Amino acid sequence: MQHVISFLYLVSAVLFILALKWLSAVPTARRGVVVGVLGMALAVGGTLLSPEIVSYRWIAVAFVLGTVIGVPMAMMPMTAVPQRTALSHAFGALAAALVGTAEFYLRTPNLDRFTASALALEVILGFLTFTASLMAFGKLQEILPTRPITFPFQNVVSLSLLAAAVVIAVMLVLDPGRTHLFPIMAVLALAFGVQLIIPIGGADMPTVISLLNSYAGISAAAMGFVLDNKLLIVAGSLDGSSGLILSIIMCKAMNRSFTNVLFGAFGQVQAQAVAGEKKPVRSASAEEAASILAAANSVMIVPGYGMAVAQAQHRVRELTDLLVKKGVDVKFAIHPVAGRMPGHMNVLLAEADVPYDRLLEMEDANSELPQVDVALVIGANDVTNPAARHDKTSPVYGMPIIDVDKAHTVMVIKRSMNPGFAGIDNELYYNDKTLMLFGDAKAFVGDLVKELGHAA
Amino acid sequence: MHSDFAANLTSQLFILMLATFVGFEVIRRVSPLLHTPLMSLTNAISAIAVVGSLVIAGRQETTLSTVLGTVAVAASMINVVGGYLITYRMVKMFKRRETKER
Repeated sequence: MQHVISFLYLVSAVLFILALKWLSAVPTARRGVVVGVLGMALAVGGTLLSPEIVSYRWIAVAFVLGTVIGVPMAMMPMTAVPQRTALSHAFGALAAALVGTAEFYLRTPNLDRFTASALALEVILGFLTFTASLMAFGKLQEILPTRPITFPFQNVVSLSLLAAAVVIAVMLVLDPGRTHLFPIMAVLALAFGVQLIIPIGGADMPTVISLLNSYAGISAAAMGFVLDNKLLIVAGSLDGSSGLILSIIMCKAMNRSFTNVLFGAFGQVQAQAVAGEKKPVRSASAEEAASILAAANSVMIVPGYGMAVAQAQHRVRELTDLLVKKGVDVKFAIHPVAGRMPGHMNVLLAEADVPYDRLLEMEDANSELPQVDVALVIGANDVTNPAARHDKTSPVYGMPIIDVDKAHTVMVIKRSMNPGFAGIDNELYYNDKTLMLFGDAKAFVGDLVKELGHAA
Repeated sequence: MHSDFAANLTSQLFILMLATFVGFEVIRRVSPLLHTPLMSLTNAISAIAVVGSLVIAGRQETTLSTVLGTVAVAASMINVVGGYLITYRMVKMFKRRETKER
């Protein structure tokens, strides 16, 4: 029987790798998901055959419970996907930590040093990722303040928590019989997880979510070492590397380092927001803006999270349809950190039925922008700030941006002249070719649609 | 350290190394368009931790291990069910221009 199970695990590992491979492009992506489900079914089915399992009662209860909670979590609206993802990182990490805890109490003191080390890694990472993900969920759901919460010597406190947990882990590895130390290690890891996230601001959530994804994967891989289960090692490494790749992409897109994200408290806004000095801006009405859009040959829409907050994506799609009908070439420029998690903006626009071949990555958008007639910025701010290119004193300096100021005309839909999330003024708004369209994103785009509809 | 154990450890580390490389190569190619579904799919796949939880929940050795195992199975199943479903929902939303009028 053991051989059958091992063989099923092998097939399952192959299917998981194929699932990720096929997810790389839209035409094969559905097949990827199906193959992933198949891999999971084989692995679970194989495990249930194991002679070690003597009773299925609690397993059945857990299956029902998992399904009852899991299905509604899959039906959440696309705007809530970042929160949902943070929550599922928490569940994954919790499972790893609990399995590690159970293994520890079952096997101690007969643990060799290597297994004990893997177990300590699994449990520490599992518990810290659990609370960290819950905190990230709280911030994304706005149950907790999205601004960074800081206090003096915060980094010292966090790092001492982690250091203490590691010291206890080493003591447990040297003598696994000291079982009373285990709960202390778990509590320290849980506390460190909370500490890790509270000083991080909402704008850094894409990086944080990716990093937590990676941690959850590493703790699953560590579980594979403890249980000597090769499928767990493979699946854990896949998850770990994907999280790491995504966090590197997010960091690059914001021109920041890991240490800076984790310990920098970015959102700690220089609150002395550009007082005084009222520079003139040009603004336009919906009617004027609509006629400029209708006369254009090409329009590049630059959406930001503000568009999703205003629930404007469906109106934006109507606007796109109308313009396309008039023969205007409409495309979307997507900054890598637009939205609250990697790729979030693409999903939001896809949900609103914007065809994905209209969505351009930042590099492609920037090479087209100098030929574009109108760049329409909806709910994005810092990622369009030209100061990132030339103003060494600006906090956004060095961050890759979408060069909307290279388009012939720029239009920005914005509620007011208040600076954005990071509290940084955007010099784009004072540019001669920029027209400010003041109003709520959803209402204003709705007005544009109305104006264009009349003209037709 | 006797040799069986050392051999086993080496083969585990080999698998870790190879799987990490495969992971990097495969995932590097994923279009940024699909980064959100990618994260929810890898999340569902790493819920493979369910296989470890199943054995602990089903072995019924101590009350503590059964309780921890059962909670772990439930937590993993949430990710298995929820993760695959939402990934499939997302992937289905992506449409090309031509097929739009279907």
